[in-house]
Amino acid sequence: MYRYDQYDQALVDERVAQFRDQVARWKAGDLTDDEFRPLRLQNGLYVQRHAPMFRIAVPYGMLASKQLRCLAELGRKYDRGYGHFTTRHNMQFNWPKIEDVPEMLAALAKVQMHAIQTSGNCIRNVTTDQFAGVAADEILDPRPLCEILRQWSTFHPEFAFLPRKFKIAVNGAKEDRALTWFHDIGLHILKTDDGLVGFRVIVGGGLGRTPIKGEVVREFLPWQDILTYSEAIIRVYNRYGRRDNAYKARIKILVQALGIAEFARQVEAEWEHLKGGPATITQAEYDRVAACFEPPAYETLPAIDEGFVRQQANSIPFARWVERNVRPHRVSGYASVTLSLKKPGTAPGDITSEQMDAAAKLADDYSFGELRVTHEQNLVLADVEQRRLFDLWQEAKVAGFATPNIGLLTDMICCPGGDFCDLANARSIPVAKAVQARFEDLDYLWDIGDIELNFSGCMNSCGHHHVGHIGILGVDKGNEEWYQITLGGRQGNDAGLGQVIGRSFPAEEVPNVIETIVRFYIAQRHEDERFIETFDRLGVDAFKVAVYGDKARLKAAA
Amino acid sequence: MSTIIKNRQALADEFTLLKLAEGEAAETVSLPAGPLLVPLAVWNIRKDELQARGTPVGVWLDVTEGPEAIAAELSAFAVIGVNFPKFTDGRGYSTARLLRERYGYTGELRAIGDVLHDQLFLMARCGFDAFALKEGKDVAKAVAAFETFKVPYQAAVDQPQPLFRRRAA
Repeated sequence: MYRYDQYDQALVDERVAQFRDQVARWKAGDLTDDEFRPLRLQNGLYVQRHAPMFRIAVPYGMLASKQLRCLAELGRKYDRGYGHFTTRHNMQFNWPKIEDVPEMLAALAKVQMHAIQTSGNCIRNVTTDQFAGVAADEILDPRPLCEILRQWSTFHPEFAFLPRKFKIAVNGAKEDRALTWFHDIGLHILKTDDGLVGFRVIVGGGLGRTPIKGEVVREFLPWQDILTYSEAIIRVYNRYGRRDNAYKARIKILVQALGIAEFARQVEAEWEHLKGGPATITQAEYDRVAACFEPPAYETLPAIDEGFVRQQANSIPFARWVERNVRPHRVSGYASVTLSLKKPGTAPGDITSEQMDAAAKLADDYSFGELRVTHEQNLVLADVEQRRLFDLWQEAKVAGFATPNIGLLTDMICCPGGDFCDLANARSIPVAKAVQARFEDLDYLWDIGDIELNFSGCMNSCGHHHVGHIGILGVDKGNEEWYQITLGGRQGNDAGLGQVIGRSFPAEEVPNVIETIVRFYIAQRHEDERFIETFDRLGVDAFKVAVYGDKARLKAAA
Repeated sequence: MSTIIKNRQALADEFTLLKLAEGEAAETVSLPAGPLLVPLAVWNIRKDELQARGTPVGVWLDVTEGPEAIAAELSAFAVIGVNFPKFTDGRGYSTARLLRERYGYTGELRAIGDVLHDQLFLMARCGFDAFALKEGKDVAKAVAAFETFKVPYQAAVDQPQPLFRRRAA
């Protein structure tokens, strides 16, 4: 992974000093609360329901074992012994004191980490595919360009006070695993027939209150031009994006208001001035950064390990875990393993300090000392030898990471919700746990098969409910917590938004409703048909009738 | 006379900042004697009168007024001001870069309005060389903010080459 040189290190060290000084000036009354708020937000520090929430960046999801050990230590020392992985490659702590944050930042800087721009109306952490560099369907490893984008966006002097937050995602494989259609800028790495590498550039996607799928602003942009082109896009947004209403301030609203053709025209006109300028990426810089992402020293191994095959035949639990949590690797004899952070009874994405230490040790022992954080809130060991998977599985079980549920209903995405978050309308974790408990039976869960359940505690959609096959959204009705269900959303190349099925439900009914939907699917499915395929075949009205009964039938007929 | 920061030092400001109060019109507002920094609307309507005074004239742009509005007349101004009605409104950063990088303005470029310590570093990178700090803020302390980061990554007005073109191995 990327290793800081003296320049990178100096910048994060200077950031620690800057924030220490800002906290001191705020404590002394030189900075008002209003003046301090955007500054602390740009360091990932929210003031939340119980205590400040502190969000740390895991740039494009890459995490070294020593960094994870540092997070474990921060959890023990400044929090309550655990942390939470978000849907955008961040770790959040829910209980630190503001006064402790400069010390936490200093500890992070020592392991080349930071909290820069993890919140606020600026360019946020760049995200990508958790299988970058090892996926069989990869066109180009996106991580070097993610790192180049990270450096360019870090303390960008022109774009620190945009109308609203700005998120960039990059995908380098054929299958989109980075939710690129729902980011402010989404980038698909492409290779032309004559070998040119560049990006399809998508703008104006986003979830939140007004979910909108992004639109293509440029079909092909040479990779060298991505910084100048991004500057053109964001400059147009900075100048003309709405600032009168925070709910209408994302770039998606500007793109919709202008239309994609006019927006593209303005961007191209701006880019004419920037194109070919000094911010054009050089081959030397690409090579310097890409050298950090060279493949590790793989052993030469047979494509199929005999012992691994035998172990699966001898142990059904192991075989199940392999089927759900292990993915093929582009290198012969290797596999990528997802460590599930979705053990029933735990909050999705939560991880204790002991588990962080255990995961760091697994990374050291089995996967070249590196991990990835996924937007589905799990951890990945990307480079594990097939012949060692059985040993890894046994150790992962002890640490609580081996629930064989990746891609199944209990592998749900979930925001922290009203238990922690000030923005939430409703609690998400207790309801998520109740749903998990309903589907605890592994045979049942397996019979249901591939299904993505995403849960957000409010319209801000941190739990990506719009793109879940089943989405649950917490809403506030006269100070009561209610839950609205959407169906048919999806991520990937055909990403799209789910449809609301009808009136919302109180918390205690949510597990019943989910079960009704699932039972209807099981009753209706054709052989080998996944949930989303049955949904596409039958349509939303059939599911409405299943949930609401004849009233919905009458409505659908009307 | 108020104090501004110019070229990283505290200086007495010789300009009078003219703002249109409620009920005042650009056509009729009275123009104080001496060096004057006027709103764009006043400049547009009364540029002949302002230039005939023989004292330095500057114009200031509000957030909805792009640099395109004055791009053809830059040599007329002793100073150009860019207003930040709230420090969280970042449009002025783009205005500054465009004035410097696209339109080649080399004179004094002054940030006015809600100008605070913690934004000075970014403003300087975008081409501001003068800062009318918000009233009541400590000018002496704020000057230190220019040194917040020694070697930033991006190309900007203060350093036209990005770090990656200058990085020593």
